[in-house]
Amino acid sequence: MALITRAAKEPSAPARTRRRLPSIPVVSGPAGTLYRGREGMWSWVGHRITGVLIFVFLLVHVLDTSLVRVSPEAYDAVIATYKNPVVGLGEAGLVAAVLFHAFNGVRIMLVDFWRQGARYQRQMFWGVVGLSGLLFVPFLVRHLAVVFGSH
Amino acid sequence: MTATLPGPVGATSGAGAVPTSPALDSPRSPYVRNKPTRSNYEMYAWLFMRLSGVLLVVLVLGHLLVNLVMGDGINQIDFAFVAGKWASPFWQVWDLAMLWLAMLHGTNGVRTIINDYAERTATRLWLKLGLYTAFTVTVVLGTLVIFTFDPCPVGASADLLPEFCGTTSAATPLG
Repeated sequence: MALITRAAKEPSAPARTRRRLPSIPVVSGPAGTLYRGREGMWSWVGHRITGVLIFVFLLVHVLDTSLVRVSPEAYDAVIATYKNPVVGLGEAGLVAAVLFHAFNGVRIMLVDFWRQGARYQRQMFWGVVGLSGLLFVPFLVRHLAVVFGSH
Repeated sequence: MTATLPGPVGATSGAGAVPTSPALDSPRSPYVRNKPTRSNYEMYAWLFMRLSGVLLVVLVLGHLLVNLVMGDGINQIDFAFVAGKWASPFWQVWDLAMLWLAMLHGTNGVRTIINDYAERTATRLWLKLGLYTAFTVTVVLGTLVIFTFDPCPVGASADLLPEFCGTTSAATPLG
């Protein structure tokens, strides 16, 4: 509908529209879609899984933090059970999930609102992976030093 | 009628709108909804996910920076640390905004996932009832805790409290 209106207003619009399209291999069946099995689909899968993971953590996190309202002893007792390597590794995984979800969320907004967003969604996906890793690796080194170090 | 392919439209709707697919129905083919909707609820939900997402990137990454990276990292977390933060209205507002935005953002995300994968109407209904119950309990509890929190509870052992409470166990709360 929008395309027809534009074509009627400016005759050169269809040609320009065609040039902007990403190249899609000519195949029969779902393999030729923009997303299936490629970065677009896996970013979507990753966004869902990390989102659910963070949401479940958030419910538990609000519950355990609420213990500050019970007593300092109750809160510190529960937090003490978290101070071990198993939970420490879980915290690192949670930070990785938050970083990916945050930066991929920015990518989704760019796909939605930036004119060239759909064209560069693959490159932006690798940007998301790279930026998440760039922040996560130094965090992981420091966090594991805190978790496994003497204190 | 050619079927449109199921794709990750929810997460990356912009790219899906590129008009390349010959499988699209003709614009003149009749489009019948099972149930007519009279509001733009889903559009506002979509918009909210983006607006809250921008704010949450700042709020959550700031939260992780202050609690997990700065100072002694994860080991610094105890009652005195939380009390020290919530004695300040700045962190009360920060955490309250984070609680509400994250719970609304997460609940709407899980609502989308339930709508996508639970095929039976009754299943969707029950799952969403549980989801909205968890939302209400968590948001009410968290809000009450932030607003009624006392950093220097009477009778608590002084070595568990932040320093500004003083050394007497019967210290009076600030403000």
